[in-house]
Amino acid sequence: MPTVQADNLSKTFHVADKQPGMLGTLRHFINRSYRAVQAVRDVSFAIEPGEVVGFLGPNGAGKTTTLKMLTGLIHPTSGSVSVLGQVPFKRRPDLLRQVTLVMGQKQQMIWDLPPMESLRVNAAVYGIPEDEARRRIDELAEMLTISDEMTRPVRKLSLGERMKCELMAALIHHPRVLFLDEPTLGLDVNAQTAVRNFLREYNRQHGASILLTSHYMADITALCDRVVMIHKGGLIYDGRLAGVVNRFAPFREVKLELASDADESVMARYGEVESIQGRVVRLLVNRDGLTATVNRLLSEQDVTDLTVSDPPIEEVIGRVFDDGEPGDTDEYTTGADSV
Amino acid sequence: MKRYFNTLRIFWSASISAEMEYRVNFAMAAFSSVMTLGGTLMMLFLFYRTGYEMGGWPWRDALAVVGVFTFLEGMQATFMAPNRTRVTEHVREGTLDFVLLKPINSQFWLSVRTVSLWGVPNIILGLAIVGFALTTRETPPTLAGLASGLLALGLAVLMLYSLGYLLSTISIWYIKLYNITMAMQALVETGRYPITAYPGAYQAFFTFVLPVAFMTTVPARLMTGRGGTEWLLGAVIVAGLLLALSIGFWRFALRYYTSASS
Repeated sequence: MPTVQADNLSKTFHVADKQPGMLGTLRHFINRSYRAVQAVRDVSFAIEPGEVVGFLGPNGAGKTTTLKMLTGLIHPTSGSVSVLGQVPFKRRPDLLRQVTLVMGQKQQMIWDLPPMESLRVNAAVYGIPEDEARRRIDELAEMLTISDEMTRPVRKLSLGERMKCELMAALIHHPRVLFLDEPTLGLDVNAQTAVRNFLREYNRQHGASILLTSHYMADITALCDRVVMIHKGGLIYDGRLAGVVNRFAPFREVKLELASDADESVMARYGEVESIQGRVVRLLVNRDGLTATVNRLLSEQDVTDLTVSDPPIEEVIGRVFDDGEPGDTDEYTTGADSV
Repeated sequence: MKRYFNTLRIFWSASISAEMEYRVNFAMAAFSSVMTLGGTLMMLFLFYRTGYEMGGWPWRDALAVVGVFTFLEGMQATFMAPNRTRVTEHVREGTLDFVLLKPINSQFWLSVRTVSLWGVPNIILGLAIVGFALTTRETPPTLAGLASGLLALGLAVLMLYSLGYLLSTISIWYIKLYNITMAMQALVETGRYPITAYPGAYQAFFTFVLPVAFMTTVPARLMTGRGGTEWLLGAVIVAGLLLALSIGFWRFALRYYTSASS
């Protein structure tokens, strides 16, 4: 049985429309008009036990709304969710003891006290005996290399240290299902790496299922074999991370080094110019005509070096999210590349 | 149940240690409550010096009302106001989600999460004044009167809590609700003197619409033997209704929050 199962999940919000200006305000006061905004539409996917799934989408795609429906914080307009076989919206204590939510922009630690105090509060709420709580805190602190900071007030910790503490607070009850919304937001590279390594280790030790959203592709590539992508509220891809490039990038990246400085107008004849830095050119070339284009380049230009690779995944995903128009998500088939 | 007690103990020890970070505040709070109390006592003294009896209450008994009022103000500042502020903060900052995902009753968490030591001087002063008023009046209170008065005092705390929680629940809809504490303060303020000292319409309003009379006058009335069990019964009913209302309204608000928030 999957740990998380979402079927045709939809959420519509009713938002009040208000025109600017005094007249708009008056009209808004007397006769308020509402507009239905569909934040999430017919999203279905499942997460198996122990799986780490990346959840991708641009800002406003519906990621947070979906996460909130999965955690039971908001009620879906239609469709159904099950987490560990239960309906999350009922927020029954036995389910809440097995799930957790980490939000990169929000914190639950007590600002004026050392992290230890907040952790003790959470341990008490989850009914963890004090000695067991202490053992878990020591273990988590060691994994996150933050043992020395446990007695300093939270307000004096760095952003990275605070995030590590947030993770400890979110995981002290050893949940089996983790919903992580931007857990590395704003962290420096070292702290990001530490958080990633920690999550990988937690997943390995506890066999926990993880759904992770992040704007840093490095998080996704380091942790997730599988990604679910949503755009404008709809699911556009559910499958292996490696499959994203094949699915959405009908082009490859050709990197050239020429004998002399490159001319953009000349290079544009071979493909889409991504960048030119002196003698080094990066081109995007359609897969179909790749061999012919490379042959032309080699015969027509003075090429000293040439490599062909898949374009960076960030770029592919960025293009998918840039190109999509409202309502065009149907043209993508979903699930075909599922793991 | 044991888990709830344990949680409460850790909640309070954590917030007291947070308060201890700022020692000067406590001294200031003690100073300010002595000054405010001094003002109130002075007012009363001026009234009674001329032989005037406020609403038919002799000096010692009116003093008991002031004591109850001061005690409630202390309870409000210690246990209720800091939590009410946090409810608003949770809604505004979106951290209410963390509370809702804890395997514990959310109203319990939001009602007892912190304590502030600032109100403690008023709690002590209030009880001392009640004690002084009762022990120095001509006829000492009966045991039954004292017991029912103390019970009514407990119920008054419950009423004050329920009203405050009702008000802070509104922040689910109107996020910018910073003035709950002011509103509550103003509300309780009317209970500073015996309710019978006010004109009839006010008396009715503060007894039946906003039960301020039940909070300060009724406990003092029972302690000084000026009222029978019907007042106690009334206090039980009012407190019960308000508590039920605060729980029901919170559930209703959460249903709204979880269907409308994004």
